[in-house]
Amino acid sequence: MKFLVCISNVPDTTTKISFTPDNKEFNKAGVQFVINPWDEYALTRAIELKEANAGSTVTVLNVGEADTEPNIRKALAIGADDAIRVNAAPQDAFFVAEQIAAVAKDGGYDVILMGKESIDYNGFQVHGMVGELLGIPTVAPAMKLDMAGTTATLEREIEGGKEIVEVSAPFVASCQQPMCEPRIPNMRGIMTARTKPLKVVPAVGDAARTQVAEFALPPKKQGVKLIDAANAGELIKLLRNEAKVI
Amino acid sequence: MSVLVVVECAEGEVKKSSLEVATYGAQVAAMLGTTATAIAVGEATEANLAKLGEQGIAKVLYDAEPRLKDFVNNAYTKLIATAAEQEGAQVLVLANSNIGASVGSRLSVRLKASLATNVVELPKTDGGQFVVKRGAFSGKAFSDVVLSGDRKIIAVKKNSLEAKHDAGKTAEVVAFAAQLADADFADAPKQVVMQEQTGGVLLPEAELVVSGGRGMKGPENWHLIEELAQALHAGTACSKPVSDVDWRPHHEHVGQTGITISPNLYIACGISGAIQHLAGVNSSKVIVVINKDPEAPFFKAADYGIVGDVFDVLPKLTAAVKELN
Ligand SMILES: Cc1cc2nc3c(=O)[nH]c(=O)nc-3n(C[C@H](O)[C@H](O)[C@H](O)COP(=O)(O)OP(=O)(O)OC[C@H]3O[C@@H](n4cnc5c(N)ncnc54)[C@H](O)[C@@H]3O)c2cc1C
Ligand SMILES: Cc1cc2nc3c(=O)[nH]c(=O)nc-3n(C[C@H](O)[C@H](O)[C@H](O)COP(=O)(O)OP(=O)(O)OC[C@H]3O[C@@H](n4cnc5c(N)ncnc54)[C@H](O)[C@@H]3O)c2cc1C
Repeated sequence: MKFLVCISNVPDTTTKISFTPDNKEFNKAGVQFVINPWDEYALTRAIELKEANAGSTVTVLNVGEADTEPNIRKALAIGADDAIRVNAAPQDAFFVAEQIAAVAKDGGYDVILMGKESIDYNGFQVHGMVGELLGIPTVAPAMKLDMAGTTATLEREIEGGKEIVEVSAPFVASCQQPMCEPRIPNMRGIMTARTKPLKVVPAVGDAARTQVAEFALPPKKQGVKLIDAANAGELIKLLRNEAKVI
Repeated sequence: MSVLVVVECAEGEVKKSSLEVATYGAQVAAMLGTTATAIAVGEATEANLAKLGEQGIAKVLYDAEPRLKDFVNNAYTKLIATAAEQEGAQVLVLANSNIGASVGSRLSVRLKASLATNVVELPKTDGGQFVVKRGAFSGKAFSDVVLSGDRKIIAVKKNSLEAKHDAGKTAEVVAFAAQLADADFADAPKQVVMQEQTGGVLLPEAELVVSGGRGMKGPENWHLIEELAQALHAGTACSKPVSDVDWRPHHEHVGQTGITISPNLYIACGISGAIQHLAGVNSSKVIVVINKDPEAPFFKAADYGIVGDVFDVLPKLTAAVKELN
């Protein structure tokens, strides 16, 4: 089984978000980038399935410029076998999906795993675009993934419950908790990651279909109104008469 | 040229988020000088579909194929694509739900459309551009996005606008057959398992939410959360560590790595307000924080707060709600 795991390079979850003065770009100054937290589920589950199925391989894929390589190396240290970086600044989700689909087709991958969504652009859309570009099923978001031969059994979250879905490879799944316990690199992993192959390939495909015109921060909160604990019932009156939400 | 709205139904009813989507679609249609048609998916009744007129929908297409009752990604995609072609839809509007995201992303490729998910406002169309505002950076920012394709697909975030109710207006319900083949159902679910929801309120659809963190001390104390939720007719949620140790099920976990909600009211009980937690709830309209530590970071993001012990405060709040009702 050939697993392809797509990882996005995103600002650390504690980042204070700010933009360039023209509000057209995210301000990267001083920001630490990490592997998108959801993608860690995809990566670890792929490695677990590889370990359970002799002869399998895990390739990580990122669409990004050279500054994403530390996180690609981190994925290799966690246990992926090799990596591909499509050398381009991602423009929009469709552009990224085209790159992933092209790599997947070229390499004949059986299982394409990604995170539920990126925590920066929150698109939750690359999964379906890749599946449609390749004409294969997508399961999003998946909470569980088991494989028996080329048949996968997945749990897909739906509002209020879950569906048990069976698909045969090739397919795309976008992963979320509680699929597995994401692994962190160990010393041996970090050492071996240095010499694992990382291939850089050029971008393909059409122009983006969306453009960010401007970013904005949410309006500031007024500040908290405190109610005395002894008089807690007062809060309920304020919620009805002042905030008008109940 | 028209606007096509995807309406999700369950157990005969149109979901609340889809009433919002229908309202959004009808308003976009009005902006573009056309009408809005809906395509219904899931289990619906004709009477409830006709009521979509109240949200401004002129016509509702419904395919009564029984296998469409449960969500099937390929079949839903083909059904909606067929409807979009038939109606000459230029704009497609759906909910930013798991179903909406699954089919919307496939449709964007099939229909060669520009897709924007997590959209929070009606589009702006001045200057010949079609611009939507969407949430980004996990609730920490917004972005205005230009949809430059001829066709556009918009996934509307829940609770971003209020559903309109023009009492008495009805939509025409028209039978629709997408001629789906067995192969379109190859990825049909083998089984659908619905979870028990507190008081029957589905968290992603809830207008009011009561949520508990580690400060609740253990699952045996959750009745305090549930009692307040029931009195308010609210959904229940929790922080990540709470679901990690199985005090509560995973589908209640909100935050950066859980679900994102934007209810009218979010009451956080014994939750510190870590940045990753806030990412899932900071677009709630009103936030109430109950925490015994006055320095808890959550107070900075709150509208109302009580510095106090949840075990003392929660019963008082439940009693006050019951009194008010
Ligand atoms: C410098 C820069 C500028 C950008 N400018 C824009 C812009 O103008 N407009 C815009 O829409 N976006 C822009 N992006 C965001 C980028 O295009 C996103 O990666 C893309 O939009 C997908 O994000 P999403 O939230 O839609 O993905 P989602 O659908 O939420 O992502 C789901 C999964 O897809 C995979 N994935 C996502 N992105 C990548 C990737 N790059 N490589 C490999 N796998 C990936 C991951 O597994 C992820 O969990 C920019 C990013 C950078 C770094
Ligand atoms: C990559 C990443 C992703 C994450 N994703 C998420 C996520 O999606 N969602 C999420 O929630 N967290 C997430 N976290 C974890 C997050 O950082 C916090 O650890 C977590 O939110 C803390 O949960 P808590 O507030 O319940 O517990 P704590 O931080 O332990 O807070 C408990 C609070 O209860 C108060 N308290 C205690 N006893 C009482 C009492 N009797 N009465 C009143 N108050 C009391 C305390 O003062 C304290 O403020 C993530 C972390 C990382 C690194």
